[in-house]
Amino acid sequence: MASLKDLRNRIASVKATQKITKAMQMVAAAKLRRAQLAAEAARPYAERMESVLGNIASGMTLSSDTPLLLSGTGKDEKHMLLVCTSERGLCGAFNTSIVRFARERANLLIGQGKDVKFFCVGRKGYDQLRRLYPGQIVELVDLRSVRTLGFVNAREIAEKIIDRFNKGEFDVCTLFYAHYKSVISQIPTAQQLIPATFPEKAEGVAAAVYDYEPEESEILADLLPRNVAVQVFRALLENQASFYGSQMSAMDNATRNAGDMIKKQTLIYNRTRQAQITKELIEIISGAEAL
Amino acid sequence: MATFSFELVSPERLVFSGQVTEVIVPGTEGEFGVTAGHAPFISTLSAGILTVKGDGADKRLFVRGGFAEANPAGLTVLAEQATPVETFDRAALQQLIKDAQEDVADARSDESRQKAERNLADLQQVAAILDLGAAPAAH
Repeated sequence: MASLKDLRNRIASVKATQKITKAMQMVAAAKLRRAQLAAEAARPYAERMESVLGNIASGMTLSSDTPLLLSGTGKDEKHMLLVCTSERGLCGAFNTSIVRFARERANLLIGQGKDVKFFCVGRKGYDQLRRLYPGQIVELVDLRSVRTLGFVNAREIAEKIIDRFNKGEFDVCTLFYAHYKSVISQIPTAQQLIPATFPEKAEGVAAAVYDYEPEESEILADLLPRNVAVQVFRALLENQASFYGSQMSAMDNATRNAGDMIKKQTLIYNRTRQAQITKELIEIISGAEAL
Repeated sequence: MATFSFELVSPERLVFSGQVTEVIVPGTEGEFGVTAGHAPFISTLSAGILTVKGDGADKRLFVRGGFAEANPAGLTVLAEQATPVETFDRAALQQLIKDAQEDVADARSDESRQKAERNLADLQQVAAILDLGAAPAAH
């Protein structure tokens, strides 16, 4: 049986932990708001980019001089999985669920006899994947030192990807991130980056006939690499919002659990204290009766 | 004068949105002006100064990388970077010029060298314009 002092210490330590998780929850809530705003602010750019590219791409017939970023290499043998996770933990199942989703896809592809490689953004996913697929991770981009995510970060990643694509290291690139739905729901999502895909245009919306300057193919050559960067940027922002959402609910749970534990421990503490008092009283009374 | 809606969007945020009378855009194949009722048109951007004419004084912004889309609904410019000239940092421009010079030196194929040289020339022109713009304000 733990002594009263042990119990007191235990309660104090749980209280300290509760304070930390509470503080982390509030910090995550504040940062989540900022991350959400950033994700919203980035939306118009990505949407416009998508619609213009979709417009051009749908009007083009695939030929031999179509940029490879759009048409693909024509093969489906080597896959690159770009897995975006966070740099820090204490965020519930956030990283695990992204990694699990990527892993399921990877195992499916490997089962079909395809060649799978990983490109990791964020330390946490790298640590998990490294154990499962040693030697298949080609690169890790560490964003730990980045304070606010800028478009520059996304462009650097996109440049590395495109560079590897141009060297013929892979045929298909898929991006994995967590789509932010709400604080309690972040959905691991896969999106094909290369070859580029565009949502089907809504029926009935007549596309205006545009004049292009320079040629359509040149615009495509200029825009497709940019589009990769934009998609990566969007994924990073979504991921960040998801991370804070996930962290917030994880810390909320932790705070509540700590509260429960404090209640339970306090009850045990009080019971033990009373039992001790009762025991002492019995001892005094039986001592007095013996006289 | 007839106005039309103009949006300037950078990846991070919506930089400008409103009704304007004329916008001058630095396109890859030369500057072009857009007024209300412009024909549907898409062009890529080169590094340069974008001028917005509307109510009051003209706004001038440094833009780089991206494209402009004019359609009956208005004009949308998507630029990788869009900074008002007033807050634009000269040191940043110098850095860009230096990067561009390195790109020219590093370029392997003729095509990429041509591109890099164009970019460098554009940036130097911006620097020249900005310095000219700054001179009258100095005295």
